[in-house]
Amino acid sequence: MDEYLQWLDSLPKASGALKAIQLRGRESLKRLGLPNQAIEEWRLSDIAHLKKIIQYPYVKELNQIFDEENPIKSLVDNKIQIIIDSQDIHKESINLPKGIRHLNQSELEQSLGHSIEKCSFMDNWTVAMNHAATMEVLGLKVEGKNLPLIEIVIPSQRDSFIPTRVIIFVEENAELELTQIIQGSQNSVHSHVIEVHLGQEAKVNHGLLAFGEMNSSLMANIAIEQNARSNYSLTTVQEGWLFSRLEPRVVQIEGQAHTNIKGLQISKGKDQIATHSLVRFDGPEGTLDQLQKAAAADHSHCIFNGSIEVPRIAQKTNANQLSRNLLLSSNARIDTKPELEIVADDVRCAHGATVSQLEEEQIFYLRSRGIEDDQAAALIFKGYCQEILNCLPQNKDKTQIMQKLLRGMRK
Amino acid sequence: MIRQDAKVILDIVDLHARVEDQTILNGVNLKVRAGEIHAVMGRNGSGKSTLSKIIAGHPAYDVTSGTIYFQGENLLAMEPEERARVGIFLGFQYPIEIPGVSNLEFLRVSTNARRTQLGLEELDTFEFEDLVNERIKLVQMDPIFLNRSVNEGFSGGEKKRNEILQMALLEPIVAILDETDSGLDIDALRIVSSGVNQLAKPNTATILITHYQRLLNEITPDYVHVMNAGRIIRTGGKKLALELEKSGYEWLDAEPGNQGGLNHG
Ligand SMILES: Nc1ncnc2c1ncn2[C@@H]1O[C@H](COP(=O)(O)OP(=O)(O)O)[C@@H](O)[C@H]1O
Ligand SMILES: [Mg+2]
Repeated sequence: MDEYLQWLDSLPKASGALKAIQLRGRESLKRLGLPNQAIEEWRLSDIAHLKKIIQYPYVKELNQIFDEENPIKSLVDNKIQIIIDSQDIHKESINLPKGIRHLNQSELEQSLGHSIEKCSFMDNWTVAMNHAATMEVLGLKVEGKNLPLIEIVIPSQRDSFIPTRVIIFVEENAELELTQIIQGSQNSVHSHVIEVHLGQEAKVNHGLLAFGEMNSSLMANIAIEQNARSNYSLTTVQEGWLFSRLEPRVVQIEGQAHTNIKGLQISKGKDQIATHSLVRFDGPEGTLDQLQKAAAADHSHCIFNGSIEVPRIAQKTNANQLSRNLLLSSNARIDTKPELEIVADDVRCAHGATVSQLEEEQIFYLRSRGIEDDQAAALIFKGYCQEILNCLPQNKDKTQIMQKLLRGMRK
Repeated sequence: MIRQDAKVILDIVDLHARVEDQTILNGVNLKVRAGEIHAVMGRNGSGKSTLSKIIAGHPAYDVTSGTIYFQGENLLAMEPEERARVGIFLGFQYPIEIPGVSNLEFLRVSTNARRTQLGLEELDTFEFEDLVNERIKLVQMDPIFLNRSVNEGFSGGEKKRNEILQMALLEPIVAILDETDSGLDIDALRIVSSGVNQLAKPNTATILITHYQRLLNEITPDYVHVMNAGRIIRTGGKKLALELEKSGYEWLDAEPGNQGGLNHG
């Protein structure tokens, strides 16, 4: 606990436009203390790892900028790339197309935190951590359609704590394709929060690619607010982190919207990769399609918690959740748990979970066609991932992503 | 086509095998020469698929005694992928679905594995597409199935066509077709059979596992074997298949010799 308070004190003095938020975040962190396993949502988490996380110093500016060699850098051509490598976001240097602009100060003040509150993230430890440390927010307003893909890249630096925050306000009828890439490096700790507000009939296709490296950690909260007849798709990929905790939450504030969530988490070595999702329908006739895939190799651990809340007001909700897991080693562990809280009576909610191994019959089939044992396993594993990768926005060529996912998976 | 002087390419000698604690093969003997077509018939559960999977190298089965020679080499010492590369092909009774793996890519990777073994150059995606477009005509399969995942959502008949397409690409020396005819309507049966006939060459051999005489009207076997309780108990010519069609398999139970094993072939 002393270390925890010391770390809090080591953060730079609260200042700038987000000063009030920083102070509140620090207050919350003090009040909440370090999470422990007695708290239900942290029950399966590696708390010892959290204690290590708080040893890394906060950095204001990353000096190791995005690795030129990194294949991820060139995923698509027609895109606007925004690299957040500093706590000073140089708005002037970002070339936004017509239909997208930066939120001005008063818009920012009005909307910042709104979706976080709607998503009941106020007392969330990882959000508080982000609030405590973030110095500047990237805020965008989307007003048009047929825009180029927006790609937000969050690079990293060894042995550092890197907080980043984004808010995107998507106007009525507007459409956005958004990819986020978060990259870890040795002993880096990322804290990321993104809020997306979808106006009526807005459409957002959101991809989050989170690739860690040796001993890196990620804590990310995604807070989505959907108005009626909006359509939100989220596709997340987490791989390579020693510790990763992703919390996507979506609230359909009037119901009558469509939410699509696809997730892929891959753990190996001693990784612990977790997804805690929540979708709440605060109005009738909302729909959800959710597919979460987790593959765990070696001594690693994957966690999926999928909450769906359907209060009385949310009649005629139609929600589907499926968790399909692949246990690649007898020493690995996968915990998957749907949490359905359904009060409305006229609803359709289906959920299911499977845990399987690589199918011997599939491997034999490929081998009987001359394909090596490990290549067969890799092909099948690729197939398993493909279903999720296919949902990522606009990326036509997924070979590079696939190569990243495959590293270290072959025996 | 029987030629007594033709080379024996597959020689199964007194093969015994089991899975877990259950003995399934009980002394199978079968000699296959270049150019021959063999039919293996027999009741459900007599061990036909097991025999075919053991030839292909399925790891679930333990060979407890006996040997299989392929062109004079000990086949049992080879991994399944090596067997495929040297020219063993098994057309599965139940082809396996592999979600997310492109059929076209799968076909290309396996074709190249075989080509490498044959000392041929690997084909790139464009060259391979030319080849596959030519071979697909043989089975009249809709090219749409090339862009799907391997066997996923294919009907029974489409799966079987896909198996024969693989055979056409891999050009095996010994093809074992396990109930390729089941699930095919009469038109599809003709198409697939004509494909198999065209692929049969003087230096290759085909083993057809089937329940039905109707396949043998399309592909004429040189030998017909009857399998029962894990061994081949009778061998004859095409006439034997006709007899079986007429009289069924009940006579097997009446013949006491079956327990001891009657071996021809
Ligand atoms: N993998 C297996 N595990 C357990 N039993 C098996 C397995 N494969 C085959 N068998 C058993 O072996 C016997 C022969 O099966 P099979 O070779 O499929 O016969 P056929 O193809 O002639 O119908 C059956 O009793 C079957 O249940
Ligand atoms: Mg069978």
